[in-house]
This record gives sequence, structure tokens and C-alpha cells, in this order.
Amino acid sequence: MAIKLGAEMVLEALRKEGVEVIFGYPGGAVLPIYDALYDSGLRHILARHEQGAVHMADGFARASGRVGVALVTSGPGATNTVTGLATAYMDSIPVVVLTGQVPTSLIGNDAFQEADTVGITRPVTKHNYLVKSIKDLPRILKEAFYIASSGRPGPVVVDLPKDVVSSEAEFEYPETIALRSYRPTVCGHVGQVRKALEMLFTAKAPVVFVGGGVILSNAADRLTQFARQLGVPVTMSLMGLGGFPGSDPLSLGMLGMHGTYQANMAIQNSDLIFAVGPRFDDRVTGKLETFAPKAKIVHIDVDPTSISKSIRVDIPIVGDARAVMGQFLEELGRNEPPKEYFDHLGHWRGRIENWKALHALDYDRNGSRIRSQYVIETLYDLTGGDAVVATDVGQHQMWVAQFFKFDKPRTLLTSGGLGTMGFGFPAALGAKIARPNETVIAISGDGSIQMNIQELMTAVQYGIDVKVVILNNSFLGMVRQWQELFYRSRYASSCMAMVPDFVKLAEAYGAKGFSSAAPEDVVPILKEALAHKGPVLIEFRVAEEDNVYPMVPPGGSIGDMLLV
Amino acid sequence: MGAANGHNKTPRRILSILVNNEFGVLSRISGLFSGRGFNIESLCVAETLDPEVSNMTIATSGDEQIIEQIIKHLRKLIPVIKVTDLTELAYVSREMVLVKVHAEGDARAEAMRLSEIFRGRIVDAAQKSLTIEVTGDDEKIQAFLDLIRPLGVKEIARTGKIAMARAQKG
Ligand SMILES: Cc1ncc(C[n+]2csc(CCOP(=O)(O)OP(=O)(O)O)c2C)c(N)n1
Ligand SMILES: [Mg+2]
Repeated sequence: MAIKLGAEMVLEALRKEGVEVIFGYPGGAVLPIYDALYDSGLRHILARHEQGAVHMADGFARASGRVGVALVTSGPGATNTVTGLATAYMDSIPVVVLTGQVPTSLIGNDAFQEADTVGITRPVTKHNYLVKSIKDLPRILKEAFYIASSGRPGPVVVDLPKDVVSSEAEFEYPETIALRSYRPTVCGHVGQVRKALEMLFTAKAPVVFVGGGVILSNAADRLTQFARQLGVPVTMSLMGLGGFPGSDPLSLGMLGMHGTYQANMAIQNSDLIFAVGPRFDDRVTGKLETFAPKAKIVHIDVDPTSISKSIRVDIPIVGDARAVMGQFLEELGRNEPPKEYFDHLGHWRGRIENWKALHALDYDRNGSRIRSQYVIETLYDLTGGDAVVATDVGQHQMWVAQFFKFDKPRTLLTSGGLGTMGFGFPAALGAKIARPNETVIAISGDGSIQMNIQELMTAVQYGIDVKVVILNNSFLGMVRQWQELFYRSRYASSCMAMVPDFVKLAEAYGAKGFSSAAPEDVVPILKEALAHKGPVLIEFRVAEEDNVYPMVPPGGSIGDMLLV
Repeated sequence: MGAANGHNKTPRRILSILVNNEFGVLSRISGLFSGRGFNIESLCVAETLDPEVSNMTIATSGDEQIIEQIIKHLRKLIPVIKVTDLTELAYVSREMVLVKVHAEGDARAEAMRLSEIFRGRIVDAAQKSLTIEVTGDDEKIQAFLDLIRPLGVKEIARTGKIAMARAQKG
């Protein structure tokens, strides 16, 4: 056993956890850790705002499946992480945030840059720790990574008082975890799996519903095999996009408030919903009383609190989606559906084709204005869909979900649960660091991009090659859409009357900028931007008062959609 | 928190929760209740025989689905070791109440009589008042309070309920 400084223990623990990069911002209380970082060989990305640092760690985690790590100082450094933590918490993203804290002797004294970080972050973390003694430090760091990444993942905060990281003790990083109170379930109940499969074999109108859990547990390949083998149509929540290939003929696209007509109609008319890793959030279900009235529901989720929370479930299966889908595939190897099953399914898919034909996603391709939908389709065509796409929040986010066909997991990074404007660009930077050889695009709005634009400096300084596409509709478009539809077009404070000159802005930061309002410029600009080495900011001035359809009005039944 | 009045419409539940006896665990549990809009009627915490583990008794109310959610959320908290819904088992529960009651003239004799009937104890006596300690289950405490109140209660303190499953017979 070696004697080590607390700060060195932190870095040693990060190494042991396989961490290669940290996103952070220094300050007084974390100086000992930064001092240890100085010649540690660990890569540190200096964000320009702590919120940006946490979104980067989050984007890194979403894109790679590994734990993202951020390091910030006490007080304002820690409070600046709250939005990032809440974003990661709502979407179950494994992130460990290390916060500096004033020395233990000063805690509670309203010391300079003191904040009750553990108190403030408790409701937005899976768990958090204040390390009061250096002897607890190795164990807590080990637990933090384990808790963040196991079961239903989520962010963990470790609050590190300055005196704790400045003192010395013997260091031994624990090999194992001894948490008597936390043991997430992995495999599903075998009896329930059999029952669910039998129910599926006798269904006449089944739908597979993919949630974010499929992505988080790396279950996409197994789920895809399962759905294809049984020929079941598949719909996805926003967080589930990429969990089943969007270009597969069985894909119905996204369901819910801005879901496709065929997805919502299929759900409403189904007799069995086979749900893997969703949480039946209100943007998906619409009015609960009328959601899928004829359907029995099988719900697979690692988190028992997600099951029967809002929707009554007939067959709950608690377990990790990947492990449980493995069990289903195994059962499927022993059991075949009865012959009439495929007859029923043929008929059911026929009904769905009719819905598809009736109201396919579309837009007017002949106008003089650039349409956001067109830009997104063009990006899909130019990249062959082979890109990681991060979004911000608003209309552009929904159009990305509708018009970019995500074929692979971990290719859409979006703040689904919290709906955080300002998430997309820093998340894209984190993703590019995780997957340096892939094309990474941030699709943003004129409102959202201004919420973390400072990270353009980070992108340029470290040469993080992300393409930012701003769909500038001169509005907080999604707000304007709701005002148009539900507040008699009284556009209170939703008009972005002024935005910066984005080309000059890009140049001021040392990045490349493009701007255009002409549809014929879209292809050449995007081609040039994609070919360019280094960060690019592209502004397309798009049709202003365009709406996202279909739309289920808030509180309505998902079968009642506004269609154009 | 607040004391229960015993006349709730939604069913009462008594949850017994074993937790790691660590810094901040009480605020994690109370934060869960307040953050998700669940109701706490009373809460008692104390160490168990194992000094690293505490036992909490929480009286709460809600329909079947809410209670199920509360229990699942409690189990999800990292420091929570075990959650038992005692309402589903045979259990004994006790609460202690201290009542400072106006006691002059006839009222003094009546207060002493009530204390005796309810097997209470007079723990403090002054010229104008008596303080009575009574221990019992919900019904007993409620009956005592109903009878003592007309004498003029000056102050009241309740411990909140503690509870334990009955031992298996045989
Ligand atoms: C931090 C934050 N503040 C406010 C909102 C509310 N909100 C949701 S969408 C939206 C408009 C976003 O505008 P823009 O980025 O231009 O996207 P558009 O809808 O125009 O595509 C707003 C303000 C939010 N989601 N996040
Ligand atoms: Mg906009």
C-alpha cells in the first residue's frame, strides 16, 4: 500500500476506471486536484462554462456508453452544474461530477464559495456523496462509478472538501463493491418471459415499443433480431430512436405528441404493446385514460419504479433490457409462433401500410424558403445516415426525430426528459471526443444555440471537429407554435428579433461560418462544411412560421392528431 | 410531519425502513416524499442493535398504487436496506403523548382519574396544571385525547408512531 495525496487518489481512481478525458473548470477549492492533473497525463478539456462541461461529459457518455466525468470548483462551479445534472438524471446518463468544496472545518459557516452541493444536487442525481474523511475516499470513488453505470444509470456527484484532497493517507483502490442496499436486477423472471412470449404468439395486432433503456443497455442488436424474427412493427420514443433501424420496413418511426400518424394509430389499435425500456412519459401517452385502450402491456425495465407508474402493466419484467432480450431470443429458439400468428401479422401490417399511405411525414418541397425538414433530410442523404447527431430543444429537435432515420444506437443525442436548450452543442463536443473518427453534427435553433455558444471557443482551442447547423426561424419556434395554436397567435416574447451575425461570430472564435436563406445553397454549403476539417457554424434562415405536425394537443388522446 | 388525526379517508400505512445510518439519509428520505408529493403523517428514527443501521417508522397514506410507488422509490435509494409494509402483516404499534392539562379544582381530580384509566403517568405537577404521559396504539391515544380535551389542554407533544411486526406463532 502506498501513501498518497487525496488529489492523487482521485486521479488514480479515474485511471482505474478507465477514464481518459475529463471536462472541467478550475477554481480555488479544486486547486489541489488541478495541481495533481498538471503532470498526470490525463486529458483535460477546459470548457468555457461548467454547464457546458457537464453536457460534454453527458454527450461523451451517450455516444460511447462509458461514464463521462466532469470536474468543477465549489460554490458557483457546483451550482452551474445543476442543469447538466438534471438533464443527465432525466435521461439516465452515467456521469460522475467531482465538485470542490470548502475545507471541512468551514462547512456550514457560509465560507467563501461555499454551497450545500449535496443538498442542492440531491433531487437531480442518482446518488451523491460528501467525502468527510480521506479514509472514505477510495471506497466512495469506486461506488460512484459503479452506481452511475449500473442498474438504471444516472449522474453521481462526489463533493470533495479541499482539506480532504490535500491530506495524505494509505491508498488501496477497492476491487469489489460492498453495498448491502443496492443490487440492481439483471435477468428477468423466467416465468414472466415465457408468459409474455405466449401472449405475443396469440396477439393479432402487436407493436414493439422501444425506449431509451434499449440504447442504455446496448440491447439494440438483440431487440432488432427479435422484432424481425417475429415480424412485429416497431415504434420508438424520442430516447429510443436508433434502438431499432429507422430505415427498416418494420419501423413506424417515433410515437407520441409529434409521432408519426402510423405509429400513433398502430398503438391505439394494437392488442399488445411489447415495451422495452420506455417509461411511458406524458409526451408519449397523451391522455392516459384513452392510451392504447385495447392493448395488453408487457413492460421490460430495469427500474421497478418505471413499471405501472402511469400505465397499468399486464406483464412486468424487471431486468436489464439486453439480458432480458437475450432470454427472449433463447425462448424463441425453443418455441415457434403458431402458423396463424403470421397470418394475423400480415393483415395487421397491411392496416399499418394504409395509415402510412394516408398521412406520411411530408412538407412542401417547392417553396422559395428553406425548410428545416429539407436541411435535415439533406444531412441524412449526404452522410448516408452515418453520423452522430445532437440536437437542442424545440421544433428543430422534433424534425430531426422525424426526418433523420437513425439506424444505429447512440447516434441521436438529445435532451428528452428535461428538454434542455443549450444541451446539443456541448454534447456534440463530448461525443466527438468519444468517437473522433465519426461525423458529429449539432442541429440547433436560433434560440438554443445562444445558450451555450461560448463552447465554440472550446471547440476551436482543441480542434474538436463538430458541424453546427442552426435552423434560424427567427423564433423560439416551438413556443411560437403553441402560442399560434393555443394562445390565439399572441407571440409574447417568442420572436428572436435579433440574433448575432453568425458568420462573424464563428470567425471571431476562429471557426468557419456559413449563412444562407436560399434552398439551392443547402447542398453545396453542407458538402463544403462536411469536407472542412475543424469546427463549422452554419446558419440557414428557414421558413419562419412553420409548424411541427402531426401534433397531439397537450392532454389529448394520441389517436387525435392535428395533421398539417 | 404533523400528527395524524385518525380520521383519514385514504388508508393509513405503516412502513418500517432499515437504512444505513449515514450522514444525510433522513433528508434523502424526506426529500423523496416531498419531491414526489407523497405525504408523511409521522416519522420516527432511531438506531437498531447494529449501530450502522437505523430503523425508521413512517406513517403515510395513499391508495394502493401510490403506496406501491412509495415503496419502490424507497427501495431505490442507495442507503435503504429494507422496506416492510407493516400494514400487510400483523403488527403492534405504539405512540407516546405528553399532555399538559389545565388542572384546578374538580378538573384536577378528573385529569388524575383519566390518567389512571388510560394507565398514564403524571410526570409533572404544578398548581394549575398536570402533565400526563400516555402510551398506546392509535385508538387509545385518540380516546384519551378526546376525553382530556374538554378539561383544557395547554400543550401537547407526540412521539409519532413506532411499530414492529408480530413474531410468528408456534
Ligand atoms: C433552458 C430552456 N429554457 C426554456 C425552454 C422552453 N422552450 C422549449 S422549446 C423553446 C424554443 C427553442 O427555440 P429554438 O432553439 O430557436 O428552436 P425552434 O423551436 O425554433 O426550432 C423554448 C424556449 C427550454 N426547453 N429550455
Ligand atoms: Mg428558432
